[in-house]
Amino acid sequence: MRSGKSALLIAPTGAGKTLAGFLPSLTELAQRPPGADGRGLHTLYISPLKALAVDVARNLEIPVAEMGLKIRVETRTGDTPASRRQRQRRDPPDILLTTPEQLALLLGGPDARTLFSTLRRVVLDELHAVTQSKRGDMLALDLARLRTLAPEMTAIGLSATVREPDELRRWLVAQRETQTHMAALVKAPPGAPADLSMLDCAERLPWSGHGASHSINDIYAAIKTAKTALVFVNTRAQAEAVFQQLWSINDDNLAIALHHGSLDASQRRRVEEAMAQGLLKAIVCTSTLDLGIDWGDVDLVVNVGAPKGASRLTQRIGRANHRLDEPSRAILVPGNRFEALECRAAIEAAAIGAQDTPPARSGALDVLCQHILGTACAGPFDENELFAEVCSAEPYSQLALSDFSSAIEFVANGGYALGAYERFAKIKRDKDGLWRVANGKIAQSWRMNVGTIVESDMLKVRLVRGRANAPAPGNARTAAGSLYYPAKLSNAARTAYTGPLARGGRVLGQIEEYFLETLAPGDTFLFGGEVLALQGIVEGEAFVSRAQSQAPKVPSYAGGKFPLSTYLAERVRKLIASPRQWGGLPEQVRDWLGLQRKVSRLPNAKDLLVETFPRGGRFYLVAYPFEGRLAHQTLGMLLTRRMERLGLMPQGFVASEYALAIWGLSDVAGACASGAVSMDSLFGEDMLGDDLEAWLQESALMKRTFRNCAVIAGLIERRFPGKEKTGRQVTISTDLIYDVLRRHQPDHILLRAAREDAATGLLDVARLSDMLLRIKGRIVHKALARVSPLAVPVMLEIGREPIYGQAQDQILAEAAQDLVEEAMQPTTGARA
Amino acid sequence: MSGIAASIAEGFSLGGEDFCAHVSGALFHAGERLLIVADLHLEKGSAYAERRVLLPPYDTAATLARLAEVAAYFAPRAILALGDSFHDVRAGARMSANDRESLQSLQSGREWIWIAGNHDPEAPAFVEGLRRVAYQLGAVTLRHEPSICEPSSCEIAGHLHPVARVAAARGRLRRRCFISDEARCIMPAFGAYAGGLNILDEAFAPLFTRARATAHVLGRANVYRIGLDSCRPD
Repeated sequence: MRSGKSALLIAPTGAGKTLAGFLPSLTELAQRPPGADGRGLHTLYISPLKALAVDVARNLEIPVAEMGLKIRVETRTGDTPASRRQRQRRDPPDILLTTPEQLALLLGGPDARTLFSTLRRVVLDELHAVTQSKRGDMLALDLARLRTLAPEMTAIGLSATVREPDELRRWLVAQRETQTHMAALVKAPPGAPADLSMLDCAERLPWSGHGASHSINDIYAAIKTAKTALVFVNTRAQAEAVFQQLWSINDDNLAIALHHGSLDASQRRRVEEAMAQGLLKAIVCTSTLDLGIDWGDVDLVVNVGAPKGASRLTQRIGRANHRLDEPSRAILVPGNRFEALECRAAIEAAAIGAQDTPPARSGALDVLCQHILGTACAGPFDENELFAEVCSAEPYSQLALSDFSSAIEFVANGGYALGAYERFAKIKRDKDGLWRVANGKIAQSWRMNVGTIVESDMLKVRLVRGRANAPAPGNARTAAGSLYYPAKLSNAARTAYTGPLARGGRVLGQIEEYFLETLAPGDTFLFGGEVLALQGIVEGEAFVSRAQSQAPKVPSYAGGKFPLSTYLAERVRKLIASPRQWGGLPEQVRDWLGLQRKVSRLPNAKDLLVETFPRGGRFYLVAYPFEGRLAHQTLGMLLTRRMERLGLMPQGFVASEYALAIWGLSDVAGACASGAVSMDSLFGEDMLGDDLEAWLQESALMKRTFRNCAVIAGLIERRFPGKEKTGRQVTISTDLIYDVLRRHQPDHILLRAAREDAATGLLDVARLSDMLLRIKGRIVHKALARVSPLAVPVMLEIGREPIYGQAQDQILAEAAQDLVEEAMQPTTGARA
Repeated sequence: MSGIAASIAEGFSLGGEDFCAHVSGALFHAGERLLIVADLHLEKGSAYAERRVLLPPYDTAATLARLAEVAAYFAPRAILALGDSFHDVRAGARMSANDRESLQSLQSGREWIWIAGNHDPEAPAFVEGLRRVAYQLGAVTLRHEPSICEPSSCEIAGHLHPVARVAAARGRLRRRCFISDEARCIMPAFGAYAGGLNILDEAFAPLFTRARATAHVLGRANVYRIGLDSCRPD
């Protein structure tokens, strides 16, 4: 790094890599001749988290002050006051710490060329996390832009251990045709091996679900033995539940706090502060704390539920113990029997240091569109030069010229075959052939739209009238106060508050609109560790009061659902197939697998086990692909379509991380035995053709994916009229746009972008496709007389799943039926 | 399209006249063989494009194609467009030659009545058909905006783009709908890019008493009669 080359620095958490990344810059800045300060921006630091930028600034200012260096360090985030942001453009600091979105905004300004001309270095923190998303695509394009504006600049990437370091090394430097270029690699020695164990709880291990109620006493006992513990869970709903359960047995009044992405930012900051000051005994948290803020004295990590991936687990474990010479201690708590297998597989993977970070992505087209418009906002550009620059960014190194041209066309006039909008173009070629924005308003609306994170519709949760709670014992209220103290459940379930709504209470956080839609006023749910009752939705805010219900409806928000990694899935399959390795499993799990071997068969590492059996007047088909819930859902949708066509009368399906169950009125095993159908043709990979296309067109997931692409690409604005709650008859929803575009121009760049996202994201088509290829000709069908032990967990999921497109009319029919029933009731009294 | 032919239309009567509410969002009066559609909002896409929001320019074609399907199914003697047929007064000038042709062929061989709307007080000069502020069908008045204080006569109106948000145990949907009681019917918008206003919005409050009104919700293949108590606000 000192030699002035770009470099990737890989080190486990706690190795001090962030400061190491700044050392070359600090040295250069300190060696400047007197009077040379204030010559412009020298080093840029980019972090995925605002909080991390602020944290690093603090850690940087201390050595700078101690050494008496004359170096100006400043942060710039969405929270920085406008006046200071303006000043920073005019008179930039030596070192600026900021986020990818702020960098994009700076690059889209008319002064970008001067501002970045002095730049010598860019430091990219948590690179392994950033590059996995569209945000990484945006950052890669901006890095390419920086290289053009400041050719002398070098890049330093800071990363946790990853599966394929070369991917990140390429990411950091310019790629030129044919030859690959890589940044230097600096690898810190690994720390002491972690002390990992699986909780073997005394209670019965559940068949399904992901909760921790069966092991909450053991978790509590483990927390007591630690200085400070981080309790990781996979979803916000689980975080709420575990937090609540811990407090219900918290007889010692341990300071246990809650931290997840839906909570109000100021509340999260207070938890983080309390943590930094060592005031907390434990934090129940989601992946929001996966990334590296320095927490000091964490000496235990408890991972509740499935680890999902080996690298993810390693990074979480790394949160415990920032001294490299001591082992990090972590306990894995499986939520059900399959998760016990996954925990075992993850522990073994961690022991050999296996990594399964996802492969490098290819750059998204919607992000490219946003970038092109941003480039035009900064000043006129030449199409060929920009194409070369874009291709120098690793995710776009394989970008076809035709795709780039489509993106330009899209930005200019929407890219419609009709060419109807030439006169309304956003960017136009001037007489020198350079592309320029048509007017100043376009730059303004681009600035409002920068970024790749499109939230699902969130509503603020506002506390309108606190229902009096039993006051919390004072001794538990430390500096963090009521922050981490949940409402104790009262035995008396009281009736919901029914008076007029009071306004102007405290905002507790945000929650997905679709979850709130499932609630009626008076319904209760867990949020921020409290049981709340919905009072009503007023002007786009959810008004709630504290409630004292004993059975709150837990928020089922989808935040933080990662799929099971392919690598870990393979390990789980191998583990199941080799009884000699079952020694590390809890006895209940061994018994369960043993019984499965006796009455059916164990799925093995290479085949696909499919079981069929009758039950309760219906016929079931259960397959065990172990490819994650998303891929299984897609498989279920496609299989049921195909079965319907074959007259097998499927009625529904349910998918888990490990298995897929389909039920129907027709005996599939009988049909197979008679030769009418075959499992091989049922699972044939040709299902990914027309059926997939037909289903995608109807899929609500696809429409949501399209909306995200439309926002990122700038087809519609984030604050599109459709988002407003009043006067909706004059607005357009993106669903309508999707329907029309799909019918009239199915190869439009935004539809291609949405399909690409669906393949890798919500539908996981790519993984399904790999699986179908893997199991071709290797299906083992067991026709059973009754349900097998292995099938029980997925069977228990039946009835918990949301419904899909085709069943939508059924909802209307049910609602219509409600009306009929209502109408047939004797009219003896008014409805309550 | 087979979906249209197989679909069911929901019958109801208003002021002694029988209508059927079709799953496409059109209303058909069999006695007069009159097909009624509301709020086509033709050229809404290009109206956004004027403000540099470049929505797909296919909405007019999509709306006219769907209207042609419905017309082929009912074979009406006359078609009445209940106002806001064009998104703004410049819509005609922006309309493509292809779309003009589609409209012309839809108009040929039948009567056509353009009711004035707030978006299109005057239909573009090049289109054929009668231009009216309102139309009388027996005891029923057809006009664009529902009138607030005329309880004595029955009316059919558009303008509000009613949608119902329906929740059942297994999920929830937001769908275009007719809303009606014994004196009035508000039609859903027919246009491809027309948005919707929830029928529980206060704009509907002076028009209907909640207990007596019914939503005729447009499903994929059928129209469903659903009480307002089963509907949710946005």
